[in-house]
Amino acid sequence: MIPGTFEYHQPDSVQAAVALLDELGDDARVLAGGHSLIPMMKLRLAMPEHLIDLRRIDDLKFIRIESGVVHVGAMTTQHELINHAELAQQVPIIRETSLQIGDPQIRYQGTIGGNVANGDPGNDMPGLMQCLDATFTLLGPDGERKVAAREFYEAAYFTARDDLEILTSISFAVSPGGYAYEKQKRKIGDYATAAAAVLLRKAGDGVACSFASIAMTNLADTPIHCEAASQLLQDQGVNDASIEAAVASCIASIEPVDDNRGPVDFKKHAAAQITRRAIKSAWSRT
Amino acid sequence: MSASAPSMKERQAALKGLGTSRKRVEDARFTQGKGNYVDDIKLPGMLYGDFVRSQHAHAYVKSIDTSAALALPGVVAVLTAKDLEPLNLHWMPTLAGDKQMVLADGKVLFQGQEVAFVVAESRYIAADAIDLVQVEYEELPVLVDPFKAELPDAPVLREDIADAKEGAHGPRRHPNHIFTWEMGEKEATESILASAPVVAEEMVYYHRTHPCPLETCGSVASMDKVNGKLTLYGTFQAPHVVRTVASLLSGIAEHNIRVVSPDIGGGFGNKVGVYPGYVCSIVASIVTGLPVKWVEDRMENLMSTAFARDYWMQGKIAATEDGKILGLWCHTTADHGAFDACADPTKFPAGFMNICTGSYDIGTAYLAVDGIYTNKAPGGVAYRCSFRVTEAAYFIERMIEVLAIKLNMDAAELRLKNFIRKDQFPYHSALGWEYDSGDYHTAWNKALEAVNYKELRTEQAAKVEAFKAGETRQLMGIGLCHFTEIVGAGPVKNCDILGMGMFDSCEIRIHPTGSAIARLGTISQGQGHATTFAQILASEIGISADDITIEEGDTDTAPYGLGTYGSRSTPVAGAATAMAGRKIRAKAQMIAAYLLEVHDNDVEWEVDRFVVKGAPERFKTMQEIAYASYNQAIPGVEPGLEAVSYYDPPNMTYPFGAYICVMDIDVDTGTSSIRQFYALDDCGTRINPMIIEGQVHGGLTEALAIALGQEIAYDELGNVKTGTLMDFFIPTAWETPNYTTDYTETPSPHHPIGAKGVGESPNVGGVPCFSNAINDAFRPFGLTQTRMPHDHWRIWQTANKLGLHG
Repeated sequence: MIPGTFEYHQPDSVQAAVALLDELGDDARVLAGGHSLIPMMKLRLAMPEHLIDLRRIDDLKFIRIESGVVHVGAMTTQHELINHAELAQQVPIIRETSLQIGDPQIRYQGTIGGNVANGDPGNDMPGLMQCLDATFTLLGPDGERKVAAREFYEAAYFTARDDLEILTSISFAVSPGGYAYEKQKRKIGDYATAAAAVLLRKAGDGVACSFASIAMTNLADTPIHCEAASQLLQDQGVNDASIEAAVASCIASIEPVDDNRGPVDFKKHAAAQITRRAIKSAWSRT
Repeated sequence: MSASAPSMKERQAALKGLGTSRKRVEDARFTQGKGNYVDDIKLPGMLYGDFVRSQHAHAYVKSIDTSAALALPGVVAVLTAKDLEPLNLHWMPTLAGDKQMVLADGKVLFQGQEVAFVVAESRYIAADAIDLVQVEYEELPVLVDPFKAELPDAPVLREDIADAKEGAHGPRRHPNHIFTWEMGEKEATESILASAPVVAEEMVYYHRTHPCPLETCGSVASMDKVNGKLTLYGTFQAPHVVRTVASLLSGIAEHNIRVVSPDIGGGFGNKVGVYPGYVCSIVASIVTGLPVKWVEDRMENLMSTAFARDYWMQGKIAATEDGKILGLWCHTTADHGAFDACADPTKFPAGFMNICTGSYDIGTAYLAVDGIYTNKAPGGVAYRCSFRVTEAAYFIERMIEVLAIKLNMDAAELRLKNFIRKDQFPYHSALGWEYDSGDYHTAWNKALEAVNYKELRTEQAAKVEAFKAGETRQLMGIGLCHFTEIVGAGPVKNCDILGMGMFDSCEIRIHPTGSAIARLGTISQGQGHATTFAQILASEIGISADDITIEEGDTDTAPYGLGTYGSRSTPVAGAATAMAGRKIRAKAQMIAAYLLEVHDNDVEWEVDRFVVKGAPERFKTMQEIAYASYNQAIPGVEPGLEAVSYYDPPNMTYPFGAYICVMDIDVDTGTSSIRQFYALDDCGTRINPMIIEGQVHGGLTEALAIALGQEIAYDELGNVKTGTLMDFFIPTAWETPNYTTDYTETPSPHHPIGAKGVGESPNVGGVPCFSNAINDAFRPFGLTQTRMPHDHWRIWQTANKLGLHG
């Protein structure tokens, strides 16, 4: 549990960090909160020769809500997300999800940027970002580009981010209406056995569903945005029959694996229950 | 008596003796981070050791190339079995009469086995060097299922003893068979089973788990080549035994070895055994002439140092149609891993598994235990229990439930019907124990009333109906457990470890000004000995517990003792403390009589003083007596006030308890939530109620962990699947329910103060209670038995197999 030797860098600007990454190339890894990378290094599953720590870059720490769009700097911690009053009001699902990540100590250190950029299917934020249809901003030697969260994840630990790019910020629209993040886990701090993020809005008639978005976590090697299920609820409204159809659609789109959290048939059944609860809970909050 | 003089009651309270919820004196340093643990020890020039470990569960070691590691700057030495062989330290004896490789000698037998020991100037260099040691393996077929150990195609694991027909515990019938241990009457039991009106049968599996103390195992060895003395600091639950073993193994005379157990961050049985790391740190210090530290990391702790349980208990229980138990039969297949390194008294290769008749009057019983080698880590220690007692309690408390199902009878009623009655104590059990005392009916009825048991059953029945009607997806389980422990090992006539009788000791010195120091042969790992032993002594000798220092763990100063595990400290060392205190008091009586100018028999003890009979205004306090013992020439009495007692207990003690758990289970997600947990413990005389409550809370939480998910799981290749705390379940405050504690008090008739020990009771009783709650929830749907640990997916599978998912 002792990492190999590495050089430690602590740049004070994003530009300096990108330049360092460009200079050091494959031998370097960017360090955010470190909750994934440091254990991997201790197990010597990751042996970067250079660590570029982003924690001194103040430009990466912000939460701004402007014209109905939320902008969050990559180095914003989960603790900061939880305690941002306006964010909690405008996009309450962020707080609800963040509270399900790790424990308070982890959330003081863990960042939203690290959580979404690492590509770990167990992380909670990627699924939520897909649910919110968030956009990630990446900065590399060739400048800045934007990638939709729904296009970002390719496979476990493989994302659209180039090795020389740093994920600098995340943006998404404020989200009125009902919300729920349901997560089944073995204990506090654990990754999800199954988790679902759901956003629902009622139409002006107070009956129909004008907007639905569902995404699932740790049930495939990437987060799963359940587009068909979301569409189905929008088309048919939220009722017992449509919920069951939407849940079935969600379950058809996941590919859980057998591991210490349980076999595949269990995970699918639990995921269905979690999703059902999340939809009902979100609808009850509209 | 003047108005200002404290009353007898006030003097009593000032002692902070037996029955006082005295705050733990240890906590001042622990809560401030000022503890002194093995890893806090830093000696000048100290080197660091780290292990190259096997990735394979079973393989020949073809070659080990250490040259690249030795070439790394800062690496001082790399030890392999070849280096240890000339010292005859490449193998070492285990506590169970087997032997164990210190470093891989030609083959490896479990994943994580120690292959080479790297010694370097820093922990970081040592870790780097490990990767540079090149080990060539030839993989062998792996045996992980003990039931396949004796099949014709089973690989032979222990080639070193493949042909030995006799082991430490009798005949061996196969190279992978370690021993068969039998107790009770086989034929009589089987004949009852054949003729009894009702027989229930079940395989009860208690899975492999691990004590996982907060602090992992470690040692610092320091060989002083000038004076020839070895100092060994380590995480030892039995420091004196370690000194003897170290002497026997190394050939260093025992007076030249000083073993120190500093503060220990939890043991739970994990720190009873002797590990290769200890031996290697000693050898490395002898070789280098410098102190060498070895501290394992969490993964090493879970993978290689002692596991617990892994007992497959096939049971048969016979009864009359109205539920009177007639006989109990148990055949256990015990998976011991690659070496038999169980930590049990020598004559008990399956520990006290023969307490498996539990709290019940069962006239005839038979127990057989087969010890089996597999390609798993060695161990089989008593994880927060007295030797295999938790296995026994789980077995009988499951079998009672299984029998209740077969009889279609309430399980609480079945227990009441079969408890050993109060008037039957001392009770001789069919499997050879003499239960010292108990009052099970009183405890059980108190527990049932406390939780409104009948109402709970009514509510449960309504819940089942609601479930069947589709109104809820939750079920309710009521877990019952009445356990009887056997702790306080033990009488020297039948209990020893490596030949050392399992007595314990206390040595007391009263200082001239009336304060005292007492040293014991035990060692606290969090139990609070410095607090509670001072309380025992305070009540015996009339000196306030605040004025008594308790010291343990340094073999150069403490009297010899067998250490702390198996809830033995209070029953054995606690008794020695009381007895030594009584010796002090006997001498004090003579001094007091001299000072008061009366005959010895004319003074009597009163809280903290001797008073002249019939003249209570004439007295000498213990403080005055202590001073006199140092400054007066008293005819026929030696100066000073000291005593020592080595206590050989006449019997074990038998704490018991009645636990009830109410749990709600979600059949779709397999999650469970504990609504209520009631724990009544009877540990005899209660020394410190606050510490008892803390012990009960801690033990119940470990029981919760074990019952609901804490497992060392292997895949078919012998890979450890649960080697980190990500997967090895340790509950946090979040997962821990509220506990209601209660007690009855049935003193042990043979213990000087009537105390029985409590540290392990909640674990012994808690596991069956939690497990029974899960099982009970599904009883209305036809379930008889489902396997621990009851993690979400296993609960879900149980529901699924019962057709509860539609």
